[in-house]
This record gives sequence, structure tokens and C-alpha cells, in this order.
Amino acid sequence: MAIHAVIGALAAVVTILYWARGYPGRAQTVGGQEVYLDGVVRWGALITVFWGIVGFLVGVIVALQLAFPTMLNGIEWLNFGRLRPLHTSAVIFAFGGNALIATSFYVVQRTNRTRLALGNLAWFVFWGYQLFIVLAATGYLLGFSQGREYAEPEWYVDLWLTVVWVAYFLVFFGTLLKRRESHIYVANWFYLSFIVTIAMLHLVNNAAVPVSFMGAKSYSAMSGVQDAMTQWWYGHNAVGFFLTAGFLGMMYYFVPKRAERPVYSYRLSIVHFWALIFLYIWAGPHHLHYTALPDWAQTLGMIMSIVLWMPSWGGMINGLMTLSGAWDKIRTDPIIRFLVMSVAFYGMSTFEGPMMSIKAVNSLSHFTDWTIGHVHSGALGWVGMITMGSLYHLIPRLFGKTEMYSTKMISWHFWLATLGIVVYASAMWVSGIMQGLMWREYDPQGFLVYSFAETVQAMHPYYVLRALGGAFFLVGGLLMAWNVWQTIKGTKAVTVAVPAAAAA
Amino acid sequence: MSKRERDEISGTETTGHSWDGLKELNTPLPRWWVWTFYATIIWAIGYSIVYPSWPLLTTNFKGLWGWSSRADVSRSMADAQTAQKEWVDKIAAADVDAINADENLRNFAIAGGAAAFKVNCVQCHGSGAAGAVGYPNLNDNDWLWGGKLADIYTTIQHGIRSTDDSTTRDSAMPAFADGVLDATQTDQVANYVLKISGNEADEAAATAGAQLFTDNCASCHGADGKGMRDFGAPNLTDGIWLRFDAPTKENLVAQIGKPHHGLMPAWAAKLDDATIKQLAVYVHSLGGGE
Repeated sequence: MAIHAVIGALAAVVTILYWARGYPGRAQTVGGQEVYLDGVVRWGALITVFWGIVGFLVGVIVALQLAFPTMLNGIEWLNFGRLRPLHTSAVIFAFGGNALIATSFYVVQRTNRTRLALGNLAWFVFWGYQLFIVLAATGYLLGFSQGREYAEPEWYVDLWLTVVWVAYFLVFFGTLLKRRESHIYVANWFYLSFIVTIAMLHLVNNAAVPVSFMGAKSYSAMSGVQDAMTQWWYGHNAVGFFLTAGFLGMMYYFVPKRAERPVYSYRLSIVHFWALIFLYIWAGPHHLHYTALPDWAQTLGMIMSIVLWMPSWGGMINGLMTLSGAWDKIRTDPIIRFLVMSVAFYGMSTFEGPMMSIKAVNSLSHFTDWTIGHVHSGALGWVGMITMGSLYHLIPRLFGKTEMYSTKMISWHFWLATLGIVVYASAMWVSGIMQGLMWREYDPQGFLVYSFAETVQAMHPYYVLRALGGAFFLVGGLLMAWNVWQTIKGTKAVTVAVPAAAAA
Repeated sequence: MSKRERDEISGTETTGHSWDGLKELNTPLPRWWVWTFYATIIWAIGYSIVYPSWPLLTTNFKGLWGWSSRADVSRSMADAQTAQKEWVDKIAAADVDAINADENLRNFAIAGGAAAFKVNCVQCHGSGAAGAVGYPNLNDNDWLWGGKLADIYTTIQHGIRSTDDSTTRDSAMPAFADGVLDATQTDQVANYVLKISGNEADEAAATAGAQLFTDNCASCHGADGKGMRDFGAPNLTDGIWLRFDAPTKENLVAQIGKPHHGLMPAWAAKLDDATIKQLAVYVHSLGGGE
């Protein structure tokens, strides 16, 4: 807590100094014409690349720790229990979150033909979010955790994120209010549903009573099975609204933009949007099959997950079919390849998810590595690749270039990432199903055949393979960072005027 | 600005909107998508009628057949118990030696003991029961508290130095560094132990240590150093060590000065008697049983 007080104080001092030196002094207009607020998008795009590498690197380290458990013995700050939330938060909130904030700020301006609302509040959102990430990450290493998956930061960090998130909502919603287009483009519906729902989930799931005002520790306001249910209501909707709805917003802008084709079906986008956000919120209980959670809640969690299958696939259909008439670009444009592969992984994961929510399947898959493989085909395949494809399209345009420094390097990144995901996911399928089968193996006399330690021993080779797959993905990320650096080196920030009428 | 146009490639009309150059086709919902969506909804309604589902004010809808996961798991537990009942009852009724003498009972007990061992014992004694430093190897024929079936059975039931069992096997080697032996004397005893265990030792010190051993150690470890099972005092001459892989003077001095004591839980509080008997027969069968 003392270290966090120092970090918070330093951030406050820097902010005051910046303000005192004349900030905010950025022009909202140039030559009488309104310009887009792109600086915050530029920073957001670059920091996404940075946090991505941090997250992938910690992922490879924790994967190696599972394969070689004594690797970092004796360094308490780096034990698995502290590094795991560092990995998940770095990839979900630092990499994914910054990608969403940056692209949403870009897309909401472009598709509504207006500058971001509320002056420089968007800059507060950006820096405030980075402070949240630093507080969360250092907190994990120092041993602060409220023990809620994907919501590990303690109460005071949660309060700070609430302030930042409300500001984010105000900027985004305010921009929609002053739009110059009569209709709101579909990408913005998805971004808005993500922002609103995450606010609700964050507030309810993190309801807690601090032990003392000056201490980090707090206790959840809920207990027992209600606590578990709240946790997974949050956890699954973090997947549904952060990692799905938010990134669908990204998909709905960058796929048609890059393919230079109209979106396949307006009606499908409406129907699958409302079906998706109605159904996702029910799906959480499928994480608690065969537990103390009442049967009726388990049933609802399962059937809503199954019904969710088609609404999820609506996004895949719209993503893939938008490419009809532009499929030839897959051969020549590795950025399109990233986007298409991400939508393909999205379709695969959103079929696998409902399947795993079926109780009979879940009784085998639950608590095994199959779940980890499922999460990563979604996280690396869908979230990672849609972000990378979008950034490869966006970054040169933000820095006054037409394309990235090296297309070949993008192609290499694509194949490294794809290979990495395939190795990762198949290793986890095999080890997860094997693990589940070993746990339930009985001999003819009715006795359990394997001890837990024997299952761990059997999984070792797959753990090594998984780390290898992750390493491929990390190397791809490093290639991207180098490519981005070469692209933006020596460039100056470009100012883009808001067009008077919609480009034909 | 809302101007519908026809997309050349697909032949479909757009909705007429344009955002930053992005347009939308007015394609109808794919039929297969709609019908699959309907099918999942119908299936979901059907499932929610058959199984417990919708919450009501004070309870919930129980489903057509009143199925519950709790009843389901109780039934499979009962089925598993019924399938083994014949054997388990016989084992519960017999004493460990009788079980060991009957080939069928013995086979069942070894299989059941192995399964129980994997859940309860491997954490300390290892998957192969080979033990580790501080945890005895159960495969060899060196026994601290006795290697007969009845001895093993008692040890598992009551544990060793277990704090929650008044009849646990208990003993404590004194800390000889607490004013009993000085540094030189401890060194001499350590050398004597090295010597009787067939290791290289300082002859003069070992000779001096012999008398000290008789005065201080023999009451538990025996005059010949071969141990006494009544006290769980290890045999010091057989080359099998609990506290280290191989003895050095330093680690012997440390153990004599401030001895470590092992602790094994009393399993009678956690496992039923038939399971403990199976464990005893299994451990006895590992190779060292007497």
C-alpha cells in the first residue's frame, strides 16, 4: 500500500506539473476547421503493442513455470500465484483494454464525423487507465489480490478504475451525442455495450468492505455460493463484453475498411447484436456446473450458452461474408489474413464454448487444460489477431504513412502467431482431455487408477509444447514492435480535419 | 445523403448509409442461421421443462422428473458402494492377518489400498512409496515402528506424534545440544555412529564415542545401535537413513544436537476401518512386510 501511495502521488505531481506548464493547450481546430483528436489514439496504439509484449512474455514465463515448477524458486515476487494474474491482466486489460480504448476513440470519431467530446478528458482516460494497470500489476507482484479471477486488484485500485471508466463512458457517449451522421454505425453499438456492461460488472463484482482505510485488504460483500456466482457472472461477461462485444466493434470497422467492401448484412448485425447482449449475461453459471450452485441456475446457464451459439456466429458470418468479392486479397495482404484468421478463431471458439457448457461435456472438461486451450484460442486467435490486424492498418495512417514499413514482416508475424496458436491449442486439447479421462479412470474393482501427481507427470510434455507455442506468439509480437518502430521512426504527428460531408 | 445503391459484386442493395466510407448491404438473415437459432431456442425451452430451471418466488421449477444433481451423485456413490459391498464387508469383519491369508480378499485389499494410497499418502511417501528425506521409504524392510501387518495397521490408524490422537505412536529424541553433550562429545558420538554404520570415521574419536553412546543413546537405539521399535528408534547400522541420503559427520552432529521428528496423521479420524485395513495390506505387500 505504501508503494502504491508513492506511485499515486508521483502520478498526481506529474499531472499538476503538466497542467502548470500550459497543458491542455492542444488545438481543437486548425484554420477554423475542427480536427480529430488522434494523439490519444496514437499513444493508445503504441502502448497496446508494448503491453502486448509484456503480457505474452509473462505468459511464456508462467507456461514454463508449469512445465518446470522449481524454475524461479525462492523469488516470492515471481511465484506462479503472483505472475498468473499479472499475465491475465496484462493481456486482457493492458493489451486488450488499450486496444479497445484506442480503436474506439478512432472509430467513434471517424464514423460520426466529429471530434471526441469533452475536451481533453480522453487524455485523462488514457493516462488514468495506464495508472490503473501499473497499480494492478505492481499490486500482484507485491502480493495484493482480492482473489477474484480477472478482478484481482484491491478496492482502492477498483475505485480508481471506476473514475476512469466513467470518464471513458462520458467521452464515448458524448461523442455519439454530437455526431454528424444521422445513424449510429454498428461498431459503436458494440463499443457502447462493452463500456456500459463492464461498468455494471465491475461495480457489482468488486463490492467489498476494506479492512481499514489505510490498508490494502478487503473482504467481498458477498459470501458462499452467491460470491461464486457473482464472480462468474462477472468472469464470463468479461469474456462476453470485454473480449467479444468490444472486439466485434473493432471487427465491424476494420474488416470492411480493409476489405473495401460493404458489411454483409445490416439486419444480421442488428439481430445478432441484441441477441448476443441479451444472452451473454445469463451464461456465467456454466462455470459452476456440478457445484453447490442450485441446479436451476446451472440449467439456465447451460441453455442460454447453447442459444448463444448462433448470435455469436452472426458476427463471424458478417465478418467473413463481408470479404465476398475481396477474397483475392488474402493472397496479397497479410493484414486481411490476420483479420480473416481472427474471425475464423472467433467462430471456432464460439462453437467450442457452447459445447463445453453442456453439462455432460463439462463433467469431462471442467478444471482441465481444455478450458485453458479454449480461452487461448479465443484470446490469441480472436482478440490477439483482430487487434494486430487492426493496428497494422491503423498505425501507418496515424503517422502519415500509407502502409507499414515491412509487409513481409507482417506475413512472418501472421504465420508465427498462427503456428503458435495451433501448437498451443492442440497441446491443451490433448492434455486436457487426457487429464479429464485420467481423473475418472476406474479399475474393474471400482477403484481410482491414477493419483493427481501421475496426471501432472503425464501432462509435462504438453506443458513444454504449450510454452513453445506461446514463445512463437511472443516472437511474432516482437517482430510487430520492430516493424512499428521502423514505420513511425522520424514521422511527425499528423492532424486530420473532420470532413464536411460523408466521403462518398 | 441516404441513398440506396446496388453493390455490383453481390447484386444486393445497400441500406443507403455511409460512415467514413463504410456501407452496409441489405442482405436478409441467412436462412440456415435463423433456423438453427430457432432450433436452439426450442431445444432450450424443452430442456428447461425437463430439468429444474426457472426460479419462482420461494423455490424453483423442479423439472418434469424432479431430477437433481445432488440425488444423481448420491445414487452413483451408492451404486459404487453396492458394487464393492461384498468385499468391503468381508474386509471390515476380518482382521488384517486373515485378509492377507485369503487370496481374493488380499487382491481386493491391495487394489483398494493402492487407490487410497494415491489419494492420501503419496504427498509424503511419494507415488512409488519410496519416501523422501524425512519421509520413510515403505518398500524396504527397515521399519521404525514395526513391519508386521498389525504394526502397520496400528501406525496408519493412530499416526505418529499425531496431535489429535491420544494413542498415537509417540517418542522424542532429546536435544543433546541442550547441555547434555558438549561439542567435542557430540563429535565423538557422531564418529562412533559413522563407524558402526560402516562409514569412514576418525578412529580415536569413535572409540571415545563408544562409551558416550552406551551412556546416552543405547537406551533407545540399543547397545548395538540396531534400534528399538518400541520407541520408533531407528537402526543406525543398516545404511538406511531418514534425515539425509548419506550420513556425514556434520549432519549427524546436527541431528544429535537438535533432532528433527517426523509426524504422521492419525487416519482413523479420516478414513473408515476397511480402507485403513486395505492400506495396511497394500503397504505390507510393497516388499518389506514382515
